[in-house]
Amino acid sequence: MYAQMVKSTGKGVKSREEMTEEERHFQDRVDADEKIEPKDWMPEGYRKTLIRQIAQHAHSEVVGQLPEGNWITRAPTLERKAILLAKVQDEAGHGLYLYCAAETLGISRDELTEKLLDGSMKYSSIFNYPTLNWADIGAVGWLVDGAAIMNQVPLQRTSYGPYSRAMIRICKEESFHQRQGYDIMMKMAKGTPEQKRMAQDAMNRFWYPALMMFGPSDKDSVHSAQSMAWKIKINTNDELRQKFVDQTVPQAEYLGLTIPDPDLKWNEETGHYDFSEPDWSEFYEVLKGNGPCNTERLEARRKAWDDGAWVRDGLMAHAEKRAARRTAAE
Amino acid sequence: MDTALFEFCLRMGDNTLVLGHRVSEWCGHAPVLEEDIALANTALDLIGQTQFWLGLAGEVEGKGRDADTLAFRRDAWDFRSVLLVEQPNGDFGQTMMRQFLFDAWQSLMLDRLKDSSDVRVKAIAEKASKEVAYHLDRSRDTVVGLGDGTAESHSRMQAALDKLYPYVGELFGADEIDAEIAERGIAPLPADLRGAYDALIADIMAEATLTIPDSRWTHTGGRDGTRHSEHLGHMLTEMQWLQRAYPDARW
Amino acid sequence: MSKEWPLWEVFIRGQHGMSHRHVGSLHAPDAEMAIKNARDVYTRRNEGVSIWVVEAKHIAASSPSEKGPLYEPSESKVYRHPTFFDIPDDVGAM
Repeated sequence: MYAQMVKSTGKGVKSREEMTEEERHFQDRVDADEKIEPKDWMPEGYRKTLIRQIAQHAHSEVVGQLPEGNWITRAPTLERKAILLAKVQDEAGHGLYLYCAAETLGISRDELTEKLLDGSMKYSSIFNYPTLNWADIGAVGWLVDGAAIMNQVPLQRTSYGPYSRAMIRICKEESFHQRQGYDIMMKMAKGTPEQKRMAQDAMNRFWYPALMMFGPSDKDSVHSAQSMAWKIKINTNDELRQKFVDQTVPQAEYLGLTIPDPDLKWNEETGHYDFSEPDWSEFYEVLKGNGPCNTERLEARRKAWDDGAWVRDGLMAHAEKRAARRTAAE
Repeated sequence: MDTALFEFCLRMGDNTLVLGHRVSEWCGHAPVLEEDIALANTALDLIGQTQFWLGLAGEVEGKGRDADTLAFRRDAWDFRSVLLVEQPNGDFGQTMMRQFLFDAWQSLMLDRLKDSSDVRVKAIAEKASKEVAYHLDRSRDTVVGLGDGTAESHSRMQAALDKLYPYVGELFGADEIDAEIAERGIAPLPADLRGAYDALIADIMAEATLTIPDSRWTHTGGRDGTRHSEHLGHMLTEMQWLQRAYPDARW
Repeated sequence: MSKEWPLWEVFIRGQHGMSHRHVGSLHAPDAEMAIKNARDVYTRRNEGVSIWVVEAKHIAASSPSEKGPLYEPSESKVYRHPTFFDIPDDVGAM
C-alpha cells in the first residue's frame, strides 16, 4: 500500500505477562477502541513504527503528485485539466495532513523530508512507474487510487487519533479520485480505436504494479502481527489484495478491457477470483531504487526542495523582520 | 460577427489560459506544500475563467467553436495573450512577480468590467473579480515577503522585476478594438487603468524594497497576435498535442 | 537545514452561527500567511466562513494523567441534564 513493508520494532507481540503495567494499560485502551492521543503514554515501538508508516504514506502522496502531474499540461480538455489539477492538488493536501499527523509524534516535517531525499525513508513502489498515455491518468485514478482506498478506509479506525482524523479527511476527499479515473477509462474504452488501445495499454502496465501496492503476503510476519495488535494496520495484505481483485474484475469487464493474467478466473468454491501473483522480484528491485522512474522521482523532489530553500528562508526572514518591527513600534 | 467583442474575449481568455497553464506547471514542484496547494488554486481559478471567456468568444463568433476548440485548435498567431503571461516560470520568484504584475492589472480591469454594458461580460467579471482579489492579495504578500526577505531573495526578486517589467506596458496598449469596446461601454480603455496600476505597483515595490526600472519602454505583439514570444509556440506544442494527434477523439 | 516554518493549528467556522472547530495544522512563516495557507489548504471544498490560526506552541493543553480528576467528577452531576426530571406529558413542551 502507500505504506509498504513497514517494520514494527521489537521481536513480536508481547504476551500480557511480558508487558509492563503501562503497556498493559495502553493495550487495553487500544483493544477497547479508544484513540491514543499525542500526549498519552505510548510504547516507544508504537511511536517509531507510526512515524515510519505515516511518513511513508505522506511521502507517497507527495511523490505521487509527479506521475499524474506529468499530464496536467497535456490534458485533452479544459475541464479534464481542471479536474486533474484539483486531484493532484488534493494529493499534496493529503501529504500535508499526514506530515502534520507524524509531527505530533515528535519529528518535524523538514526532518521527514530530508529522510525521503536521502533515501532513508521510502514511498510506495507504484509511483516509480511512468504515465505514458492519457489513459494512464484514468488507470491511476481507477486502479491505484482504488487500491489505496482499500487500505485507507479501514485505517480511519486506526488507534492513533491524529492519524485516524487525517485518514477520515483524506477518505472524504479521495472519494472523487477513483470515480474520475473510471470516468476517463469509460471515455477511452468506448472511444476511437486508438483510445481503446491506450486504455488497454494502461491496463497492461498498471495491473501488476497495482497488485504490488498491497505488499507481499504478510500472514506470517511478526511485524504485521504487532502492527495489527496496535491497530495501526487493520487487514492483512492478502485480504486487501483479494478484495481489490474481486472488486476490479467486473469493472474491467464493463470497460471491455482484458486483465493481463491468463490464469484469472472466478472460483465458485471460495467465492473469490483466483489470480496470479505479481513478480515480487520486480517489486524488491523497485524498492531498492531500480524501478523505471525512481531516479526521476527523487530528483524532482530534491530539485523542488533545493530550489525552494531561498523562498522558504526569504519568507521566514521577512516574517521575523516584521515581527521585530512590530515589537519595536509597541 | 461582432469582431471587436470576439477579440476582446480572446484577449481576456487567452491571458488566463496561458497563465493558468504556466502556473499549473508548478504542481508537484513548489518550494513548500502550502505554496504548491495555493498555486494550484490560482491555476484552477484561471482555467475556470478561461472556460467563461473563451466560451463567450465562441458564442459571439457563432461558428460552433466552444472554449476547448478555441483553446486547443488555434495556432499561435490566433492567440491574443500578452507577452507577459507567455514568459516561462523561471524560479519561484519570477513566477510570483509575473503573477503580481498580472494580478494587479487583472483586478483593476475586472473591477471596471463589473459595470460593463454587456451583461455576459459583467457576469464573468463579478465571479472572477473575487478570485482575482485573492490572487492579488497572495502574490503581493509573496513579492513583499521575498523582496524584503534575505539578501538572496531580494536580489532574485529584483532580477525578476527587471526582467518582467518591460512586458508590463503591453497590458495598457490601445488599438481600434480597444477604442470600439470602450466606446460601447463594454470595457474601459486599457490606458485608463495605468494610473491606478502604477500607484499600486509603486506602493508594493516600495514595501518590497525593490526598484522599478526607469524606462517605460515595452515589448508588444502578443495581444494583437502580430509577434508572439517563441515560448508560446512551445507551450502550445505541449498543450495541444493530444487534440491534434487524435482529432476525432472525445475525451 | 534552514529554519523551519512554525506549525500552526487551524480552526474553521463551517457555517454562520457555528463554533470554530479544529480541522488540522499547517506551516507558515507568520499568522497572516497561516490564514492564507489555511484558506488554500482547508477550504478547498467550500468548508468555511471564518478561519482562526494559533501557533501550535502557544496552545496549553490539559495533561492526560489528570483525566480522572478533571472529567470524572462531572459524571455524577446527573441533575444537570434535562432528562433527569420527569415532567408529565400533560404539562406540554418544556
